Amino acid sequence: MKLTVWTYEGPPHVGAIRVATGMEGLHYVLHAPQGDTYADLLFTMIERRGQRPPVSYTTFQARDLGSDTAELFKIACRDAYQRFQPEAIIVGASCTAELIQDDPGGLAETMGLPIPVIPLELPSYQRKENFGCDETFLQIVRTLAVPCERTPEVSCNILGPTGLGFRHRDDVEELSRLLEELGVAVNVVAPMGSRPSDIARLGEAHFNVLLYPETAEGAARWLERRHGQPFTKTAPIGVGATRDFLAEVTELAGLASVSTDESRLRLPWWSSSVDSTYLTGKRVFIFGDATHAMAAARVARDEMGFEVVGLGCYNREFARPLRRLAEEYGVEALITDDYLEVEKTIEALAPEMILGTQMERHIGKRLGIPCAVISAPVHVQDFPARFSPQVGWEGANVLFDTWVHPLVMGLEEHLLHMFREDPEFHDAAGPSHHAGHGPVKLRLVGEDEPVAPTPVNDGAVVWLADAEKELRKVPFFVRGKARRNTEKFAAEQGLGEISVDTLYEAKAHYAR
Amino acid sequence: MSVLAPTPSGLALKSPGCRDAPVLKERGQREVFCGLTGIIWLHRKMPDAFFLVVGSRTCAHLLQSAAGVMIFAEPRFGTAILEEQDLAGLADAHDELDREVERLLSRRPDIRRLFLVGSCPSEVIKLDLTRAAERLTQRFAPRVAVQNYSGSGIETTFTQGEDACLASMVPDLPSTEAEQLLVVGALPDVVEDQLLGLLRDLGVPSVKVLPTRTADDELGIGPNTRFLLAQPFLGDTAAALSRRGARHIPAPFAFGEEGTTEWLRAAAIEFAVDAAVFERVTAAPRARARKAIAAAAETLCDKSIFFFPDSQLEIPLARFLARECGMRPIEVGAPFIHKGVVGSDLDLLPYGPTLSEGQDVDKQLDRCRAARPDLTVCGLGLANPLEAEGLATKWAIELVFTPVHGYEQAGDLAQLFARPLRRREALRL
Repeated sequence: MKLTVWTYEGPPHVGAIRVATGMEGLHYVLHAPQGDTYADLLFTMIERRGQRPPVSYTTFQARDLGSDTAELFKIACRDAYQRFQPEAIIVGASCTAELIQDDPGGLAETMGLPIPVIPLELPSYQRKENFGCDETFLQIVRTLAVPCERTPEVSCNILGPTGLGFRHRDDVEELSRLLEELGVAVNVVAPMGSRPSDIARLGEAHFNVLLYPETAEGAARWLERRHGQPFTKTAPIGVGATRDFLAEVTELAGLASVSTDESRLRLPWWSSSVDSTYLTGKRVFIFGDATHAMAAARVARDEMGFEVVGLGCYNREFARPLRRLAEEYGVEALITDDYLEVEKTIEALAPEMILGTQMERHIGKRLGIPCAVISAPVHVQDFPARFSPQVGWEGANVLFDTWVHPLVMGLEEHLLHMFREDPEFHDAAGPSHHAGHGPVKLRLVGEDEPVAPTPVNDGAVVWLADAEKELRKVPFFVRGKARRNTEKFAAEQGLGEISVDTLYEAKAHYAR
Repeated sequence: MSVLAPTPSGLALKSPGCRDAPVLKERGQREVFCGLTGIIWLHRKMPDAFFLVVGSRTCAHLLQSAAGVMIFAEPRFGTAILEEQDLAGLADAHDELDREVERLLSRRPDIRRLFLVGSCPSEVIKLDLTRAAERLTQRFAPRVAVQNYSGSGIETTFTQGEDACLASMVPDLPSTEAEQLLVVGALPDVVEDQLLGLLRDLGVPSVKVLPTRTADDELGIGPNTRFLLAQPFLGDTAAALSRRGARHIPAPFAFGEEGTTEWLRAAAIEFAVDAAVFERVTAAPRARARKAIAAAAETLCDKSIFFFPDSQLEIPLARFLARECGMRPIEVGAPFIHKGVVGSDLDLLPYGPTLSEGQDVDKQLDRCRAARPDLTVCGLGLANPLEAEGLATKWAIELVFTPVHGYEQAGDLAQLFARPLRRREALRL
């Protein structure tokens, strides 16, 4: 038993619903109690879908438990087939139905439906949403994909996008464009956008692009084994990764050389131009699903000039590659699905910015640390009306904008510092492009004010009044760092008190 | 002194009400929340309480999704997620639960009331939370009182979770002989204060509320307790109170000017309030409410409305919308129709609409599409799909999260229904 306040992933049957909702002509009959239908609102509200997910829930109640829940399942199955006329049905149980052991797969098989019935075994008490996506898609592919001839022209499938995916809609569009520019045709995009009949012809493609390992690695591996289709290993998120990806595709497609048009790519110049100088060495903490977190680390360090101070993911399935990468970056990997643990780590590291999920955005709000969202779990904000991919050239541009947005812009940061003692000005002034400039009580320098949270001071080191006053003159956006460094310095020097001198000695010590 | 009349002449119906109307009983797929959802508003009402769901990842995910956003660092609710080994041995599950509770209570010294909330999986594996609550109460008394109820989807629908929670508190309340009026239901503080203020001004001697805001607020129950339900989904709580000797005062619910007046009148009659006093206390807020409703009623008048079952507020709301806003209910669906509780509202709801109980969602969607109502009240899973088909909708969940009871909220309540229609008029797309 484990106490959980917020979860990064839903149960595995929600993963199955994401696969089913992304597809057309497929129906999911889910043995589940009433209440589990809440999952529909994830799609209709968060993703703003105009159709209900293609799911029939048996919604059994306590009174049914004594009688015949199996019969209820069969009725739901029959009604779903008659009403929705799907090309194939997936059947399974949610956590509660798993306990009553009605065996939906076996029941559905005995009904003699004239379409493929795909049973799902999703262990609700061990696994989570991403596993549910991956396993469901794998079972669909195993059941429906048949051997077929390769297309005459070189082609690939794009595997991974699902309903309720983080920017999946736009990633597919951007990726398809990149592939088209290379001269590689897209055979099938799945699960999202495909029908069961499309799954049948996956084998026509020469290779697979595994867009999201979280949701489709199982299927990609199976197709590699059974249909001899190799798959890509690079997630094309960021400039370098996209270039690597294109090289990988070029090789898989047997093309002579990488021919790409980078004219749409703006990140390199945006990052090199002088206004971005202020980004140098910003300390960032990165957390999300492993694929997005690992990709973000590379972009953060190599393409934005940040310093990665922490890296983690919530999906244990990918702990190994993430640990390896963290080691390369010289940071400790945080593999946890415990939100409180993530919060504690962020508090201790006191980064200047978080690249995280919606959960970390909330942590950031509380701790006063700017945060940009890079990964699921999704929020209604993660489904913008505009085109906003994460992959490819446009994805790189989007990353630059999204990550810089929560920060104070370069020249603006300089001006904030310059004018900070003007009476019109106050420390709480954030970037001018952010909302929420309510009336703030004006404080003069030196006036008693609470100075930024003191995360690492355990009370052993005392700030003398003058030093405290001096610390307040340090611009607010680096004050936390100054305080932390000074305290660390004092502790290392075995000092019990911090004076103005200590503050500046520490500054010199840590000068870069 | 003139005595208040039970039914004022103005309320006489031109058509018969719906109390004896036939009810379409459906048993199919139900597109509703389970009772765990009630935790979202209950925990706010009881700031010293923690709600610990003993359940699965699905339960945690539901709470997170229903809450919409995570606005709390560490909310006063959480889920003890059952894992493989808990399912294998129930004895171990109890040990595990004790350990989690101990950890929680040591981290959160502000918790005075702990609710162990049963879920579908805990009910199916027959994890005895009553026994757990007794055991933990002994261990943590007097600092923390541990209680339990079920919010499972196999036993409760959406607002029934609050009913189960309140009902679970009743047996432990001390006995009292005092003559008092008990208002039952978790209302937003602003609404509760207004209604209690009105009852006080009417001269009702002692007015108490269930649930109490804190564990230290005294509340006893006894034969001289009479109670008014503030919400139509509290049937089990009403039964539990009756078993303690308290007496139910049937009344329409306090939605709209008329509903609020009749709700107050039922109490006033019970406590022999003078008619002139009643008139003096209610006249001004009644006039305000009527004026506020009139603004929205212009939009709503003559529009048809279709209710999918959701919160059990459907019948009282249909009554309000039909009588005070001039709407035409086509179908009024409710998860349950408890005539002992909503009987007074059924009496006032003009005969005509289909009353349905339970749900078979696909069939109900067919009926709704065929009827093409001007406004459909439904859950979040159905709203956008219906909008995409060109039907205006109002999400039902807002009706339980928003202050809508009483005179001062009557206009807001009407506006909740008018806004989707006004929006359609306003947009040129």
